[in-house]
Amino acid sequence: MSDAALPAPSADWSRRRSGVTRDAVGVGVATGAYGLSFGAIGVAGGLSVAQTCATSVLMFTGASQFALVGVLAAGGSAPAAAVTAVLLGARNALYGLRLSHLLGLTGVRKAVGAQLVIDESTAMCLAHEEDVRARRLAFWATGLAVFVLWNLATLAGALAGSALGDPQTYGLDAAVPAAFLALLWPRLSDWRSRAVAIGAAVVALALTPVAPAGLPVMAAAGVAVLAGLLWRDAATSTTGEQAGGQQTDGTG
Amino acid sequence: MVWAAVVLAALGCYALKWLGLSVPSSVLDRPVVRATAVALPVALLAALTAVQTFGDGQQLVLDARVAGVGAGVVALLMRAPFLVVVAVAAVTAAGLRALGFA
Repeated sequence: MSDAALPAPSADWSRRRSGVTRDAVGVGVATGAYGLSFGAIGVAGGLSVAQTCATSVLMFTGASQFALVGVLAAGGSAPAAAVTAVLLGARNALYGLRLSHLLGLTGVRKAVGAQLVIDESTAMCLAHEEDVRARRLAFWATGLAVFVLWNLATLAGALAGSALGDPQTYGLDAAVPAAFLALLWPRLSDWRSRAVAIGAAVVALALTPVAPAGLPVMAAAGVAVLAGLLWRDAATSTTGEQAGGQQTDGTG
Repeated sequence: MVWAAVVLAALGCYALKWLGLSVPSSVLDRPVVRATAVALPVALLAALTAVQTFGDGQQLVLDARVAGVGAGVVALLMRAPFLVVVAVAAVTAAGLRALGFA
């Protein structure tokens, strides 16, 4: 746990280093699949190729990016889209909390490292928590591998999507909710999560006819706050376990 | 307008990441905050799924998207990977439209 932990012998370390690096690239390749669909959905949602790619570079957190495009495509305002996206990124702050003492980042490294705090890099870092070199390598290698492949895949997906033409012809308007559902699916492992999901969907649909576009989804966040208040004592799992369970769900 | 949304969202998302690395853990590591943070993605993704499946502007409609998402659910139940789920939904909706059903 502490930085004073004895480093492993060097032969051991070199084997471990290549193992960690290989895993990091593997995770990066796996998230590339999500990047491809984000790119295609981005242009289908009305963003230009440049805007779609900028989203992946600047935001670099998958679920939030899908949300931004989803709200904008549904006619939501820029603030509504941004608020929804930022709320979805709130879990990254909790990952940062877990990572801060494990990585000990300061200055420029912290400024750069912060952008790489996502599901995958957190999970990989925590998987190698016991060794200071391994956990630092796991964080940086995974973060950078995902960053590079996520952005390349976004560009490829955006170019392919804009070559396709009218999104409706290809059913891309059905691909958007299916993407959200696929991101949601692995999080529905317990009855509380399912209750939150159903409650949030009902709130959002009930508000759709009466509230401006984008607002129903934001209002559904209230269900999460309610759940947090009701079930705060049930939240025994650490943020690390959450991240570990989501290593390859690609929500970045 | 799109650029404004991208820049605002990027600033907010980065701020949250940086904040997590910076604040003392006692500030955020409370049961209520943690439970809410776990529930937030679930609530927002569920709301987005529902609105994108049934919403058309301010109306709720049943069209080819519902069938597409339904096919996506089947794919998820069969443990299909993300890209397959998305592709199955798109192809189903496009197919129904091409056949004139929706």
